[in-house]
Amino acid sequence: MSDKITRRDFLKSSVLAGAGLASASLLNACAPTPEPTKAPAPAAQPTAPAVVKTTGDKFDWKRFKGEKIEALLIKNTQGDIMAQNIKEFEELTGITVGVDQPAEQQQRQKLAVEFQSGQTSFDVVYYSFHVQKRLFGKNKWVTDIRDYLKDPTMTAPEFDWDDFSAAGKAWATEPDGRIDALPNKIDYGVLYCNKDLFAAKGVALPKTFDDVVSAAQKLHDPSKNVYGFVGRGLKNANAYLWCLMVLGWNIDLIDDKLNLNTTTPEAIESAKFYQNLQKNFAPPGVAGFNWNESQSAFALGQVAMWWDGVGFAAPLEDAKSSKVVGKVAYVVAPAGPKGNWAGMTGDGLGISSFSKKKGPAWYFAMWAASKSILAKSFAAGSGAQARNSVYTNPDALKNLTVPKEWVDTVVASGKIGRAALPIVVPVTEFRDIFGVALTNMIGGADPASELKKATDEFKPILEKSEKA
Amino acid sequence: MIPAIAVIFAVIIFPWVFTVWMSLNDWRIGMSSEFIGLGNFQMLATNNRFLSTIPRTLYFTFLSVLLPVVLGVFAAEVFHQKFPLRGLLRGIYIAPMMATPVAIALVFTMMFHPQIGVLNYLLSLVGIPKQLWVYSADTVIPTLAFVEVWQWTPLVMLIVLGGLASLPTEPYESAVIDGASQWDMFRYITFPLILPFLMIAVILRTIDALKSFDIIYVISQGGPGTASETINLYLYLQAFSFFQIGHASAVVIVFFVLILALAMILLVARERLRWNR
Repeated sequence: MSDKITRRDFLKSSVLAGAGLASASLLNACAPTPEPTKAPAPAAQPTAPAVVKTTGDKFDWKRFKGEKIEALLIKNTQGDIMAQNIKEFEELTGITVGVDQPAEQQQRQKLAVEFQSGQTSFDVVYYSFHVQKRLFGKNKWVTDIRDYLKDPTMTAPEFDWDDFSAAGKAWATEPDGRIDALPNKIDYGVLYCNKDLFAAKGVALPKTFDDVVSAAQKLHDPSKNVYGFVGRGLKNANAYLWCLMVLGWNIDLIDDKLNLNTTTPEAIESAKFYQNLQKNFAPPGVAGFNWNESQSAFALGQVAMWWDGVGFAAPLEDAKSSKVVGKVAYVVAPAGPKGNWAGMTGDGLGISSFSKKKGPAWYFAMWAASKSILAKSFAAGSGAQARNSVYTNPDALKNLTVPKEWVDTVVASGKIGRAALPIVVPVTEFRDIFGVALTNMIGGADPASELKKATDEFKPILEKSEKA
Repeated sequence: MIPAIAVIFAVIIFPWVFTVWMSLNDWRIGMSSEFIGLGNFQMLATNNRFLSTIPRTLYFTFLSVLLPVVLGVFAAEVFHQKFPLRGLLRGIYIAPMMATPVAIALVFTMMFHPQIGVLNYLLSLVGIPKQLWVYSADTVIPTLAFVEVWQWTPLVMLIVLGGLASLPTEPYESAVIDGASQWDMFRYITFPLILPFLMIAVILRTIDALKSFDIIYVISQGGPGTASETINLYLYLQAFSFFQIGHASAVVIVFFVLILALAMILLVARERLRWNR
């Protein structure tokens, strides 16, 4: 038998090896040690800075002059404002900052893998409370900043912790009292209404859930390409909208004892409410709509109401991308049958527990959550900010790219803010599993049986996540 | 020799061994791992959501292979003829396969939008009602396959064109003397002779379509619901959204076996279609 490799043998082995490599290499990125890496023992943190160049017992911005840190942000307006103003921080402190801004989904993957490995390439990180709070808190992957806040040599006198909204502070605080991050951005669910469509039929802006349904019925006219309502219908994204609606029945879908309330009469009623609006009054194809398709439909003036996060005012008021400039009413979340809450999500800046430069990282977090930076983000239309002072900051208001009415809605929403999504480790699975159920409901499936099915599927995942 | 072995170990053998090891563990990032043997595979065997991704993947693959093959052969026949500006038109025709899939997906996403998409506008000009394209569970897979077909038909065309250029002329001369029609010549001479080339195109397209990810992820994210969730999308979700590394590793192994089986079938078929066997 010849041992010469023929062209055919080569092709065969290439195809097989290629097929194998293609599928096996997909998980290469996930090869940390298969044990959750806990943060160093609390006694070891906050770590004293390696080089203390203090001027005594007063706060000194130049304390860590000459240090270099890495900041992992996200590619969004908030991150852009920080990155654009980084020179200001470097001149103020003498600290050099390397900034990385991946897309949100990719950044979350990077975070999970690096934290798991116990070696983070970043010192300070921008993350989402509504997705990662429980995972990070449970594993103590970010540093408790209470000692810094109490220390006058580490916290600038102008920092003003009390300026942060109660909602922001609540997001950043763990059940045991640890403060894991500096809140940065808070987002509330609001109702965007097309004033022209409402005025044309003499319909008042909605104040209650019943008003929303009634207005949708009156304004829905597909023959004229006008739809009463639009919202996220795409699996996973739609769970967020449903969670905003659930609060109108005054329940948490997963309570603080981790009981699933997803098959309660309130949950079923809220799902029926979601189904009614999306099935009967939304544009065709809404089951595949994320926020961007919803925004497009509303911006074209084809939709009377759109329920989503408060951060979309800037594109809606931009004549280049919107036909509803000046025609949008920003309505605070309407009152449900049993409660009136504005579902909220939030982001913040945390310091990696594995960082060797916690002091300089804290300085960056403090600067990035300062009055001036958050005011700039606010003026740029990034959405609601975690500091109360931005809403009265004359410079921010003067440079505002959105109507004053939007500011009033944000402030009013802050008074009735409540976490929209359950604060659990498998929140993405929650959104995915219940998202499939909601999509099926838009197709006409029975809400009660869909919720039952989703609950049965999610329950073991939740239980396992808390056991580990 | 040693560096070559080290590289092979690092990029092929180690990832595989580690993937197999992870598939035998119940492990989610942020939690401790637990050895469960074949537990992940048993779970997959009874997981309806995973099982439903298999026929869906095969359906998508079938459409994404069959249509480019048919259209690619037709296009190759056309571009095999001599006509003015042939070179320029060939260049234009193969442009889609040189574009970035994500960019293509974003453009098509806008085109498919039921209210503002240009495709529905074009349909309305000829009196055809609006379609939901990727926004309906019934049409999402054929629509996604349409994007694949648009992008990859030129590849099949190029492979077949290469085959056509290498065909002997004598059989055609005999056929003309015998009075054979164009269709007869294609059916009895051209098609059997280009079959080996076609099989290469089928093998490449099948493996490519099976592991298609970017187009589907960007355009439909596996939706509406799970209507376009292929094995690869399911795998991505488990590994990089839920961080269920053990479960995802088991999916990788099942997926590999599936690709291997199909590749073997196609290789055997190609063997049977070789010239001068």
